[in-house]
Amino acid sequence: MTGTVDPTVLNLIVFVLAVFVGYHVVWTVTPALHTPLMSVTNAISSVIIVGAILAAGPDQMDFGTIVGAIAVALAAVNVFGGFLVTQRMLEMFKKKEPKGGTSGK
Amino acid sequence: MSANQVALWYLVASVFFILALKGLSHPSTARRGNLFGVIGMVIAVLVTLALTKNIALIVLAIAIGGSIGAVVAKRVEMTQMPELVAAMHSLVGMAAVLIAIAAVNNPASFGIGVPMPRGNKIELFIGTFVGAITFSGSVIAFGKLAGLGKKFRLFSSAPVVFPGQHMVNLALGLAMIGFGIWFFLSDPPAHWFPFLVMLAIAFVLGVLIIIPIGGADMPVVISMLNSYSGWAAAGIGFSLNNPMLIIAGSLVGSSGAILSYIMCKAMNRSFINVILGGFGAAEGAAAGGGEQRPVKSGSADDAAFLMGNAESVIIVPGYGLAVSRAQHAVKELANKLGEKGVNVRYAIHPVAGRMPGHMNVLLAEAEVPYDQVFEMEDINSDFGTTDVALILGANDVVNPLALQKGSPIYGMPILEAYKAGTVIVNKRSMATGYAGLDNELFYMDKTMMVFGDAKKVLEDMLKALE
Repeated sequence: MTGTVDPTVLNLIVFVLAVFVGYHVVWTVTPALHTPLMSVTNAISSVIIVGAILAAGPDQMDFGTIVGAIAVALAAVNVFGGFLVTQRMLEMFKKKEPKGGTSGK
Repeated sequence: MSANQVALWYLVASVFFILALKGLSHPSTARRGNLFGVIGMVIAVLVTLALTKNIALIVLAIAIGGSIGAVVAKRVEMTQMPELVAAMHSLVGMAAVLIAIAAVNNPASFGIGVPMPRGNKIELFIGTFVGAITFSGSVIAFGKLAGLGKKFRLFSSAPVVFPGQHMVNLALGLAMIGFGIWFFLSDPPAHWFPFLVMLAIAFVLGVLIIIPIGGADMPVVISMLNSYSGWAAAGIGFSLNNPMLIIAGSLVGSSGAILSYIMCKAMNRSFINVILGGFGAAEGAAAGGGEQRPVKSGSADDAAFLMGNAESVIIVPGYGLAVSRAQHAVKELANKLGEKGVNVRYAIHPVAGRMPGHMNVLLAEAEVPYDQVFEMEDINSDFGTTDVALILGANDVVNPLALQKGSPIYGMPILEAYKAGTVIVNKRSMATGYAGLDNELFYMDKTMMVFGDAKKVLEDMLKALE
């Protein structure tokens, strides 16, 4: 075997391994936190903002950079919105001081 | 920064994203997990910013988008969470489409060869159409969840079906792939035409895929779109040769896929069956014509009396609780019962509400301690020894018909509320649930129906207990 491995093949390797990792990690998520799971995955998939930043990157303003900048703004809504709303939800799941009257198990 | 340094920073960010998901395995570690996610994102964005020249424009765009996101996250009500998540999926989809357009326009800005290599074009094609379907599908899902169906029929929460629907979808899907191949084979600038046609078809397809799926199947749809938004990000990662995008996208993609699987299993339906949609439309019409059977109905006072004298009560919340925003009222009632020495617990069916975990979030918002909240398999065996089961706006998930061979919902796992000593059911009317089936539970001798809005009824119960 000679020569270098094509980047697409390397990408495929990364992809398959990441799907495995995702599969195993997500099964450990407790069902009670499935809504925060969706909002945090939403924020994480907004890492696509990296692609948008590159698109908006070149020095001169043209069609491509403007489209890129719009994509940056859209993804930024998700990045901030996703993490903040997840945080807000998780605060609610914080263990409360046992107050009188709540009969637990 | 050298390309290797950038790649290593991206690796660090990817590890943080994995840790973020891992944190969600328990409520006590979840907030730390979210923080890891934020750290990963900050690293990814800063490293990328260091590569660009147009920093002012980008920071401005982040500031605008970020402040909108922050305000929405602060203001949104927990009952609106399904709509918010659908809206956010649509943004990821649209961002993917825009990035793809920018990449076709100027591959050089991403460090892809000019003209774009054929391999990257296939990946770009996949990322684009998945992104477009995610966008338009999520817009429809948002409309359905936000109850816009009254204004636009397209957003109707009832399934929108027409003859030959699946054939149309199939034809459009094939046409989309055809134009994708044309895009793959052609060179710039001629490749713009097939690219844009393919994009337009994908947008239409996204709409057509989601409209036939009805309201109560929304937990599946929203998980599926969650998954798509991840695959779109991964597809874009492939075409930009960016492993971090691939990793993050695959994590999200598999997360959404697992959630879809869990939701389908909780309804004992196959994924294909849900996606093809139209469920409940026909049966609903048929069941509507049936004769009226007598039910025992009682007042909130009667129900409160029963619960006040019980030793144990299990509360089963459903979508009706979310609609009437009764989560705080139910908590007050549970507290009152607790003070009287009644053991109160909550039982959550996986598909209760409109998205996975919907009920848990509502109860958490009302500050219900999470050790009182139980998943179906953990509490089902306790219904037999429970005095009162209080069903709040849930229907199909407690329908004993699921145990009868031959019924349309046969095999769907249910909360066995019918085993409790007394069953109190709060509903607004005798309307059938989403599956369009009568619920035997309502006609049992030990069942008492309390009609009315969940919040109002719960407040009346609380008053009666005082």
